[in-house]
Amino acid sequence: MTLHRRKVVKALLSERGDLLVVAGLGSTSWDITAAGDTPLNFPLWGAMGQAAMVGLGLALAQPKRRVLVITGDGEMLMGMGSLATIGVLQPSNLTLVVIDNERYGETGMQKTHTAHGVDLAGVARACGFKFSKTTSDLKRLRSMIHESTGPNFAVVKVAAEKLPLVLPPLDGVALKDRFRRALLGPQADLD
Amino acid sequence: MQPDWPQEVHRALATARVRIVGYVPDAGHQRLIELCQGDREMRAVVLTTEEEGIGLAAGAWLGGEKSVLLMQSSGVGNVINAAGLLKTCRIPLVMIVTMRGEAGEFNSWQVPMGEATPAVLEAMDVRVRRAARADEIAPLVADALRQEQATAVLISQGVIGIKSFRQ
Repeated sequence: MTLHRRKVVKALLSERGDLLVVAGLGSTSWDITAAGDTPLNFPLWGAMGQAAMVGLGLALAQPKRRVLVITGDGEMLMGMGSLATIGVLQPSNLTLVVIDNERYGETGMQKTHTAHGVDLAGVARACGFKFSKTTSDLKRLRSMIHESTGPNFAVVKVAAEKLPLVLPPLDGVALKDRFRRALLGPQADLD
Repeated sequence: MQPDWPQEVHRALATARVRIVGYVPDAGHQRLIELCQGDREMRAVVLTTEEEGIGLAAGAWLGGEKSVLLMQSSGVGNVINAAGLLKTCRIPLVMIVTMRGEAGEFNSWQVPMGEATPAVLEAMDVRVRRAARADEIAPLVADALRQEQATAVLISQGVIGIKSFRQ
């Protein structure tokens, strides 16, 4: 059964509670926005390869909150060293989900390394993630995101499809400030 | 007597309530890294590349925590594209950079990035402050931690000493 990225991301983010969400540059930023733009989304418009590390920084700063990073295979490949860094830190509240279409979707749908068999879940497992699997079991993934002791990692294979852009706000300072205010309250403006 | 700059910098970090310290090991930073590792209020995060320290800082600040990034000047070359995040999102990261490739450097392969370091940082709109003496480092770090703008404090190679390849 072929999965479609927008449906997958929407299912992962439905009834999300107070989940904190970071999305990597490109299609996954549009995916989380299509699922519903909210202040506790931080969609990256740049810094390709850094989504997992933004998630790690957030998970360390907010150990009582659950943190989810949703990113693409190309973005994850560019920051593969961060899987080793997360493996060392073992943040129990962090989950990474790679929406893997095996393509660089923003640049002309060129094949990524995963199209040639590179196994990102295998890399994460070798780096010491508590759970790491390629899966289509979204129910299991949802419970992992909200409950399982991390760090957790999942690859969800999806169709390679070009979809209409659903863009989040572009202003980085505004995205950061709305996130901090929603998370930290008035203290966000006092630090 | 040389001032104990690592201890002074560690105190400045603690005073500013820095909780997250990203680093790529460097001989010049060894003692400061150990002090941060030994501080129960701080998480010292060993990185595979300095670039990871930018994402880490952005995430930490989203979550309400200040962080610093410890690295050697060669690492500045590894952070360039990611450092755009500091400007576009206004993330107040302080980088503490030990310089290579300055006067007395034995390894000429360290010279090009060392010489380019201030220009590269300034090109990415990171404010550059230079400590030529050990007693200048902690005040510059403390000052940088009070600012909103991303700042790099460069520690001259003369302060750290020249790496020797001869035993």
